[in-house]
Amino acid sequence: MKLLTGNDLKSGAVIWWDGTGWSLHVEQAADVGGEGDVIAAREGAARRVVAAYVVEAEGTPQGPRPLHIKERIRAIGPTVRPDLALRPADPALGEWVI
Amino acid sequence: MYVYDQFDQAMVDARVAEFRDQVRRRLEGHLSEDQFKPLRLMNGLYLQLHAYMLRVAIPYGTLNSAQMRMLGQIAAKYDRGYGHFTTRQNIQYNWIRLEDAGDILADLASVGMHAIQTSGNCIRNTTSDQWAGAAADEVADPRPYAELIRQWSTFHPEFCALPRKFKMAVIAAEADRAAMRLHDIGIRLVKNAAGELGAQFYVGGGMGRTPMIAPPIRDWVPIDQFITYCEACLRVYNRHGRRDNKYKARIKILVHELGAAEYTRQVEEEFAHLLSQGIEPPAAELARIAAQFTDPPFETGLPDSMDLADPAFARWVRVNVSGHKAPGYAVVTVSLKPAGGIPGDASAAQIELLADLARDHGFDELRVTHTQNVVLPHVRKADLYAIWQRLEATGMGSANIDRIGDIIACPGLDYCSLANARSIPVAQAISARMAAREDEIGELKLKISGCINACGHHHAGHIGILGVDRKGVENYQLLLGGSEGADCSLGTITGPGFDEEGIVGAVETATEVYLARREAGERFLDTYRRIGMAPFKEALYG
Ligand code: SF4
Repeated sequence: MKLLTGNDLKSGAVIWWDGTGWSLHVEQAADVGGEGDVIAAREGAARRVVAAYVVEAEGTPQGPRPLHIKERIRAIGPTVRPDLALRPADPALGEWVI
Repeated sequence: MYVYDQFDQAMVDARVAEFRDQVRRRLEGHLSEDQFKPLRLMNGLYLQLHAYMLRVAIPYGTLNSAQMRMLGQIAAKYDRGYGHFTTRQNIQYNWIRLEDAGDILADLASVGMHAIQTSGNCIRNTTSDQWAGAAADEVADPRPYAELIRQWSTFHPEFCALPRKFKMAVIAAEADRAAMRLHDIGIRLVKNAAGELGAQFYVGGGMGRTPMIAPPIRDWVPIDQFITYCEACLRVYNRHGRRDNKYKARIKILVHELGAAEYTRQVEEEFAHLLSQGIEPPAAELARIAAQFTDPPFETGLPDSMDLADPAFARWVRVNVSGHKAPGYAVVTVSLKPAGGIPGDASAAQIELLADLARDHGFDELRVTHTQNVVLPHVRKADLYAIWQRLEATGMGSANIDRIGDIIACPGLDYCSLANARSIPVAQAISARMAAREDEIGELKLKISGCINACGHHHAGHIGILGVDRKGVENYQLLLGGSEGADCSLGTITGPGFDEEGIVGAVETATEVYLARREAGERFLDTYRRIGMAPFKEALYG
């Protein structure tokens, strides 16, 4: 599957296209199929996202998991600062990223 | 220390106002990202892996306590409570909101700081010896000359669109504590037999994907012509640098392809022409700057002896404290590398404590080192114990300068969008595993980069580690034999790379070879140079 990710223009936060809008949570990301570039261009022009790009992912029972470690780190936060992660208390995060 | 005059302040204030307006226009939709990106980069604002990242310039690594305090306050107010000191003697904040950028720059400007030219194809922040003004072995304080370079290069219209970024370093001692020969231009100040000051020029060094040690191109430039000579070096580069290929655009490639002799010939020709143009800043301007770098009022008659009864303090003094040119004083290097910690990161509270220490004990001066530590350059030996206790209480008391735990590590894949692999966890694992053996191993400089760009100086590590991406999996190459000092050398790759756990074991194996084979007084680097790669390879790969 393919996901669309980018950063929020104002805050810089990593965001994921969920089918109707942008979410901070990768598990809510939608499969954009071949529409990623079109959505990215439209949303970029509307200043709802910056530097958007399409990434490959696999479906899991917990939701989409990007195939490359770089996007998994983007999704969660620096592996060396779990206290800053989106879900700091989740002990399974490390395994999900690496 | 240099204090902004009305012109410096007016320039920086004007830039803040300009960038505020650019941010407003971006947020209101009058500028596209393509239009805005070069503008934000000119102000040090990158879009990184997780958020906007702001890189703030710390000219030649020097700052006063008010500036350091402001860096801590920015970390607390606008970021997530910490900052990251870099190998360019700068600081980076990782979690900046675009909406806050103007306010942050205004706060910086209020203490004479900015983020101008910390990105882009221009002359970046000039680096220097972190012991400048305190070291007994320097022929002059290099900082007035670095400051003159800052003023000459800031907004220099001819050099704001170079083929690639451009980095300069200025030192003034035989010992090289600033990796001078690994810069685009490295300058060493020297004195001739008549006691006059001049500049030696080394041009075309650098790390990255094609590491090169800068060759010397001129032994002596009279000090009242050194900016003109810089301009000549830049002009030849600007004229012939490879704008067609980003990977061949640095001056090191030009010097290499032309040959140092031909590059030098062209520089000399340009220099002769420029001398007729009278472009050197007036001597009075250099004198005005130099007058702000006079020695602080050192007390005389201070004792050199210390009470070293506390063994932990004694060890810290042995490892982190260095000699000073004034009797009774010392240079303190504060380690930002606790065992298992993140190299170069400091919390807002730690940054503010460093400011307090400079105010209370250090004539208000601090330095950031290219090794991602912080220096208190002028401290009375009698105050060392009190300083150490405050550092210990805040997690900055590690006694490991130039030891295996004093690792340079770039942000790597945890923060950097260009990275192939994470650097920080590797540094954490090595420093945690090897901490207890630091005294046994002695001096060993270990440097880690998360990609070929080499921000972590891996080519120049006694042991270097380079993170690579092997089919989506992090992999780490090991290099041995690099050095950034006066004995500058580039490391050699040992062989096939290792996974994350394997690279930690490989480092340990390399140190075992050293311990088994070293002769009296040899550092790791000395033993490697004497016995060569073969015994290390044998131990690593069998
Ligand atoms: S070396 Fe590579 S990964 Fe590390 S900070 Fe530089 S660009 Fe990023």
